[in-house]
Amino acid sequence: MSGEATYLDAIRIALGEEMERDGRVILLGEDIGVYGGAFKATAGLLERFGPQRVIDTPVVEEAIVGAAIGASLRGLRPVVEMQFFDFAARAFDMITNFAAKHRYRTGLGVPIVIRGPSGAGVHAGPFHSQSPEGYFARTPGLAVVVPSTAADARGLLKAAIRDDDPVLFLEHKLLYRRAKEVLPEGDGVVPIGRAAVRRPGRDLTIVTYGAMVPLALDAAAELAKEGVEAEVIDLRTLLPMDEETVLESVKKTSKALLLHEDARTLGIGAEIAATLAEKAFEWLDAPVLRVTAPDTPIPFAPSLEAAYLPGLSTLLAAARRLAAY
Amino acid sequence: MTTSPEQQRDLYRHLLLTRLLEERMVSLYRQGKMTGGLFRCLGQEATAVGSAFALEEGDLLIPIIRDLGATLVRGARPVDILRQVMTKADAPARGRDGFLHFCLPEKGLYSAIAMLGTAVSVVAGMVLADRYLGKKTVGMTYLGEGGTSTGAFHEGINFASVQKLPIVVVLEFNRYSYSTPSEMQCGAATLADKAAGYGVASAIVDGNDVLAVVEAARRAVAWAREGNGPFLLECKTYRRKGHAEHDGQAYVDPEELAEWTRRDPIARFERHLDEGGVLDAAAREAVRAGIDAELDAAVAEAEASPAPIPDPEFRGVRADEEAVVKRREETFVGGLR
Ligand SMILES: Cc1ncc(C[n+]2csc(CCOP(=O)(O)OP(=O)(O)O)c2C)c(N)n1
Repeated sequence: MSGEATYLDAIRIALGEEMERDGRVILLGEDIGVYGGAFKATAGLLERFGPQRVIDTPVVEEAIVGAAIGASLRGLRPVVEMQFFDFAARAFDMITNFAAKHRYRTGLGVPIVIRGPSGAGVHAGPFHSQSPEGYFARTPGLAVVVPSTAADARGLLKAAIRDDDPVLFLEHKLLYRRAKEVLPEGDGVVPIGRAAVRRPGRDLTIVTYGAMVPLALDAAAELAKEGVEAEVIDLRTLLPMDEETVLESVKKTSKALLLHEDARTLGIGAEIAATLAEKAFEWLDAPVLRVTAPDTPIPFAPSLEAAYLPGLSTLLAAARRLAAY
Repeated sequence: MTTSPEQQRDLYRHLLLTRLLEERMVSLYRQGKMTGGLFRCLGQEATAVGSAFALEEGDLLIPIIRDLGATLVRGARPVDILRQVMTKADAPARGRDGFLHFCLPEKGLYSAIAMLGTAVSVVAGMVLADRYLGKKTVGMTYLGEGGTSTGAFHEGINFASVQKLPIVVVLEFNRYSYSTPSEMQCGAATLADKAAGYGVASAIVDGNDVLAVVEAARRAVAWAREGNGPFLLECKTYRRKGHAEHDGQAYVDPEELAEWTRRDPIARFERHLDEGGVLDAAAREAVRAGIDAELDAAVAEAEASPAPIPDPEFRGVRADEEAVVKRREETFVGGLR
C-alpha cells in the first residue's frame, strides 16, 4: 500500500481485507453492488466477491437489518450499508429492540455492523445530514463508532467486523474525501472503545469526534498562537465511552470543552459533562462548556447550514472564555 | 404426501401436550406463580403443531406467542417452557425473558420476537446465510392478521421474494388481533391475497384440520426448498380466549365463540383417529395419562428451580463489555456508596 488513502478508500480497503480474510463476511445494502454504493464505499467488491457476498437489496432498511441479524445468528458476519445514516431510523426497532438486546436475552450475540454516511456540511439538507449517534449511544448492547481519520476508518471498521456484537459505524460524509493519509502497514486494527489524544496540551481539553476533530485541531493551532495549549481528544467510540482518557486529560487541564455536531440536548456532551461532574468535580477550575449544533433540524441553504454547524469562531470564543476563567 | 398412522399418533400427542401444558400454565397463572401475562392458543393448536410438523431436521423456526405447539414439535421440553413462564434461573433465557422468547439453536428453534412482523426478515436472513453456507434449510415463521399489517412484514416478504429465499410464513388468521376484528385489520379479502403483491406463492387451509395443515405445510416447505421462493400459508382458525388471560373478550359474539368451540381441532382429530382406527379412545386415554405424568414431573421440577440471582455487575450485554462494566460499577455502585 503506497501513497495516501482517503477515508473512503480506507473503508473500501477495510471491507475488502476483511472479506478476503474471513469468508463469513457478507455485505447487504441498497445500490452497493453494481453501482458500488451511493458514495462508492463498496466499489469493485461485487466484482471481487460475487453476488452471494455483495447483496443489492430493495429499499427495505428494516428488512436489511433483520436479514443481517438472522444471517449473523447462523454464523455469518454481515455488514449493512445505510445509504444515509438518517434512514437507520427505519431500522430503529431492529437495531434497538432486537439486535441490541439479543445477547442479553438469549445468550447469542448478533455480530453485525451497520455502517454508512452521517453528518452535515455537504449541503444535503434535513434528511441526509443528521448525526444520529445520540439515539443509539444510549442503547445498552450496541457499540457506536465514529472515526475521524482514514487510518481509524480502516482500523475501527475491521475491529467492528470482528466484534461479536452489533456495532454502528457512523462515517462522516464530509471526511470521505478530505481526510487522507498513508495507512499503516499490516492489519492496522484499531480497538473499539479507546479515544485518541490528537494534540497534547495543558490549558484546556477539547473532547470531540468525527468531523469536529479537524475543527478542534484548527482551533488548537490558533489558540497556540495566543499561548493557550488545548489538548484535543478524539473519542473515536461513543459507546463504550473511553472515560479514562477524558478524565485523565481534564484532571491535568482542569477545563473541559465538549464539542459535537449532534444537537445539544441529551447529546454526547451532556453525558460527558455528567461524568465530569461525578468524577472530576474537584479538579475543575471552570464550568464545563458545550459547543454543539442548536436544537433544530438541519437547514439546506449553505448560509443556513454554516450557521447551524459549530464553527471556528464559536469554538475559539468558547475556548478563550475557558482559558481566561 | 400422506401422514402415516404413526405420524398421526405423534401429531395427536403434540396437540394434546400443547393443550394440557397450557392448562398447567393457566393454573400456575392463577396461583400467581407465572411472571407476566399468559397468551393462550386454545383452539388454534392444530395450526402451530401441523405447520411445524412439516419441517425436517435442520430446518429453522421462529414462533410467535401463540405457537407453543410449534415450539414443542421442534423439541422444546415442557420443563423448558414452564421454567420460562416462571422466569427461573435454569430456564433457557435464564429469567431475562419469558415464555417462547428463548433460543435452542441446536433444535433450529429461535426466540419469538415481540415486535410483530420482525421475524419475517430475520428468518429470511437465517436461510440466506444457510444457503450461502451450502445448506438446504427452510425457515418457518408465523404472523397473525395484526402482524401482516406491519411494515416489517411487507419489507421482509419483499426482500425474501427478491432473493428467492426458502421461507414459509404461516399466517394465523384467528379472527382477532387483541380486540380488533379482522375486518378492521385488513382490507383484503384474505391474508393470502397479500402474496400477489410480492410475487410469492400462497395457499389457504382449514387451520383446525391438523392433517390438512400438515399436508399444506409440506407442500409449502417443498416449494420453498426447491428454490421457488417464499410461501404464505394462511390457516383459518380462531382464538378462543382473549388476547391474554386478563382480557375477558367482551367484544366477542358468544354465538361465534360457541360455533368455534364446536370446531375444536383436537376433538375433530379424535373423531378422525376413531374413524380410521388409528388410535381408539382407550389408547388416547393412555396418551393423556402419559402426558399428565410427564407434566406432573415437569411442573414439580420447574417449581423447584431457583429464581435468578441478580449479577452485581449486570454482565451479559456484550461479549466484550469490560469498559461498560467498569463504568457501571463506578457510577452506579461506587457512586452510591
Ligand atoms: C409492532 C408491534 N405493535 C404492537 C404490539 C402489541 N401487540 C402484541 S400482540 C398484538 C395483537 C396481535 O394480533 P395478531 O397479529 O393478529 O396475532 P394474534 O394475537 O391474533 O395471534 C398487539 C397489537 C406488538 N407486539 N408489536
